[in-house]
Amino acid sequence: MVTNVLNYGRSGVHDWVMQRFSALVLAAYTLVMVGWLVLNGSDLTFSQWQGFMSQTWVRIFTLLAILSLAGHAWIGLWTVATDYLKKGAVRVAFLGAVAISLFVYVVWGISILWGF
Amino acid sequence: MTALRKLSFDAVVIGGGGAGMRASLQMAQSGFKTACLTKVFPTRSHTVSAQGGITCAIASADPNDDWRWHMYDTVKGSDYIGDQDAIEYMCSVGPEAVFELEHMGLPFSRFENGRIYQRPFGGQSKDFGHGGQAARTCAAADRTGHALLHTLFQNNVKHDTTFLNEWFAVDLVRNQDGVVVGVIAIEIETGEVVFVESKATVLATGGAGRIYASTTNAHINTGDGIGMALRAGYPMQDMEMWQFHPTGIYGAGTLVTEGCRGEGGYLINKDGERFMERYAPNAKDLAGRDVVARSMMTEILEGRGCGEQGDHVFLKLDHLGKDILHSRLPGITELSKTFAHVDPVSAPIPVVPTCHYMMGGLPTNIHGQAIMQVDGEDQVIPGLYACGEAACVSVHGANRLGGNSLLDLVVFGRAAGLFIEEQLQQGIEYRAASEDDVDRAMGRLNALDTNENGEDTATLKRELQNCMQNYFGVFRDGEFMKKGRDELTGLGERIANLSITDKSKAFNTARMEALELQNLFEVAESTAISADERTESRGAHSRRDFPVRDDATWLCHSLYDPTTKSLSKRGVNFTPKTVETFEPKERTY
Amino acid sequence: MLVSVYRYNPETDREPYMQNVDVSLPEGKDLMVLDVLNLIKEKDQSLSYRRSCREGVCGSDGMNMNGKNGLACITPVSEVVKNGKLVVRPLPGLPVVRDLVVDMAIFYKQYQRVKPYLQNSSPASGRERLQSPEERAKLDGLYECILCACCSTSCPSFWWNPEKFVGPAGLLQAYRFLADSRDEATDERLSELDDPFSVFRCRGIMNCVSVCPKGLNPTKAIGHIRDMLLSRAT
Repeated sequence: MVTNVLNYGRSGVHDWVMQRFSALVLAAYTLVMVGWLVLNGSDLTFSQWQGFMSQTWVRIFTLLAILSLAGHAWIGLWTVATDYLKKGAVRVAFLGAVAISLFVYVVWGISILWGF
Repeated sequence: MTALRKLSFDAVVIGGGGAGMRASLQMAQSGFKTACLTKVFPTRSHTVSAQGGITCAIASADPNDDWRWHMYDTVKGSDYIGDQDAIEYMCSVGPEAVFELEHMGLPFSRFENGRIYQRPFGGQSKDFGHGGQAARTCAAADRTGHALLHTLFQNNVKHDTTFLNEWFAVDLVRNQDGVVVGVIAIEIETGEVVFVESKATVLATGGAGRIYASTTNAHINTGDGIGMALRAGYPMQDMEMWQFHPTGIYGAGTLVTEGCRGEGGYLINKDGERFMERYAPNAKDLAGRDVVARSMMTEILEGRGCGEQGDHVFLKLDHLGKDILHSRLPGITELSKTFAHVDPVSAPIPVVPTCHYMMGGLPTNIHGQAIMQVDGEDQVIPGLYACGEAACVSVHGANRLGGNSLLDLVVFGRAAGLFIEEQLQQGIEYRAASEDDVDRAMGRLNALDTNENGEDTATLKRELQNCMQNYFGVFRDGEFMKKGRDELTGLGERIANLSITDKSKAFNTARMEALELQNLFEVAESTAISADERTESRGAHSRRDFPVRDDATWLCHSLYDPTTKSLSKRGVNFTPKTVETFEPKERTY
Repeated sequence: MLVSVYRYNPETDREPYMQNVDVSLPEGKDLMVLDVLNLIKEKDQSLSYRRSCREGVCGSDGMNMNGKNGLACITPVSEVVKNGKLVVRPLPGLPVVRDLVVDMAIFYKQYQRVKPYLQNSSPASGRERLQSPEERAKLDGLYECILCACCSTSCPSFWWNPEKFVGPAGLLQAYRFLADSRDEATDERLSELDDPFSVFRCRGIMNCVSVCPKGLNPTKAIGHIRDMLLSRAT
């Protein structure tokens, strides 16, 4: 009935839950980062920043945030594309570009966090 | 003449209101190829406007209620010219038909015990008039017609009825043997004219309240089925009997349900007097509608009307309190605010008797088969059926009780469906319509499309409506009616000759309105002649020059013959099958 | 008063246009928009629009008046007229058949898709099925829909995906049956709605609530359906 080949989730509920869950992660991550910057921001040095970011919990949290961002962006942009891009080919091209970009960002993020 | 496209069905129901959809549902369930042909999308039909409820002895409000009591009320309400076999059928089969509706999903309001809510309505009694006011009207708040119509549509969807939505039926097609074999119809969206052929043609086209200038009826209530049947030469029964509903909103004509008075509201004149106590000491505001409407008009004519012109009375509801109004009468509260600029919670609603319902129609038996008379004997018109307001079976006689119209729709829509189903199973054979037969039915449409110099619809319609309003209203008088008949004779020629300037095909509402006006005229003319000829007062037909009921001459149906434009009489049925005859007596409330 | 009406006759017009008509209104009476259209039609019979009950219960005359959807028969001119001008257009988002008449096929299709009828396979007794007043009260605000399409045609999500998003009117009906204590098909109904479009394209814009001439709240009903889908999934 509904063509959802390019859909990320299995169902509307799944998408809806994913979207809310990822939004919560991103909100929490933003709070933590902004909070830390406010507390240490007046004369922040690079080594302080590196030290903060290299803690294991921050790395894991950041990875979670990156994955959430990718998931959130995929569902959101898929929705936008199915609303506004009515030509199948255009939509597939757009979503392809989105998918590749998000994949690149995720890999790049991991490489920054753990290096390889 | 190019050949028309032809569609063939086992049965075609013309009209997608309560009666039509109940009939089509019955036949669709049995698997016959059924079409429901309707000029508006089904849920736009006028049944949707019914408010108060469907009267039926389901013994919910009173566990001892009896359909025979309902039958007694209905016979009395009809002023004894309702057919007692038909009333017996309606009242006894009613509960089954209402429970079916509930099973289909109709969202009835409920009592605490979970059963269907019933409210008191006018003319209802217990124990054959001896047990006081009954509460027998099953309701879904004050939107019962809406709930009923949508439920029927939904169940037709469930059973895959073929709908020809926004198709306008123009005229009946008859074969050389006089059998009705279908209709000519216009698909409104494209303007294409189609011959819809059928083994059974059911007229469920509703009423024609638009013959009057002031009416509770929808714009679409133009008596299309009555017009078609009259043009085909078939008789109409009791066409003088028009119900004026006591409570139409003053100025707008929109309906305020009798349920308002059932819930405890009452009418007051300019002195704040509850005047119905004088006219109907027992039933008061819940007397028969004809009685209440006449009492109101008398108050107004004797100078006790309200407002600057003294031309209406008030319906007082504020004493019921906000909670009752909002839970039991929410739709009324809304309508009153919109059309009377009055919130019934705090102020009374200005109301005036307004044309509401056509008791007459195409005579039928209880199976929906249309009837004509040959040498004074009833004869079935082969192929033609009718149910609902378009039919006169006759359960309402000279005056319909509130809540009985919805029951009439479902009981006789269902009965027609059941009967046609049986006929189809036995096999129906007739000769196909010839090209000449179809051409004959096309006559009116062709004339309208080629006419150039006639007058336009809007002017003629206004003249017709004013004429009926002035000369054939609540109170009638021979002298006035003669004038009205003269005016109508002139109007008849002009309406037959009307022309349209817009001859386009796609969704041409001008063409439709012209065809509707011609139907209205047929109805108006039969009403005028029947009203003038029935020289007595009975039920809704009230004459100043003949103020009393004359059972010796007029305890009968009137039968209008369109070919001679004259009136004859047809006997009333006084022989119910399972109960004793209710003998005519004086009718007081 | 100046009335600007959307006109289009597929047989004679290459494209739609706005026609300005000067209508003289009777003194001291606030007409409804439908009355104004009737006055215009008396002069120009070619103007096409749907109308039936003229009291706001049949849902025929949904149209767009000065930018807002509503029923012409219960919308007083004074309520919508701006700078002395009344602008009347067909409902947005549906194909125009002629003038103010739109093709509502897709709207009806979405309505029928939710199986808008009671499903109950238990044998019925000889009487009605019982329902308490509290259970019945859950249907208030749902069953009153008149299918005028004012809501769905004011909904951007319905404009973008009329084939896949059920739209506010259809979803209101879907919930009307989900909420009915007599209906037994809850699970089947929910299964058919559990895709990313049917329900979840509702973005809570609430145009439907703001235009509904019967004062109903489809957004709230959609929220209830979503909650039912969520609790069913977990």
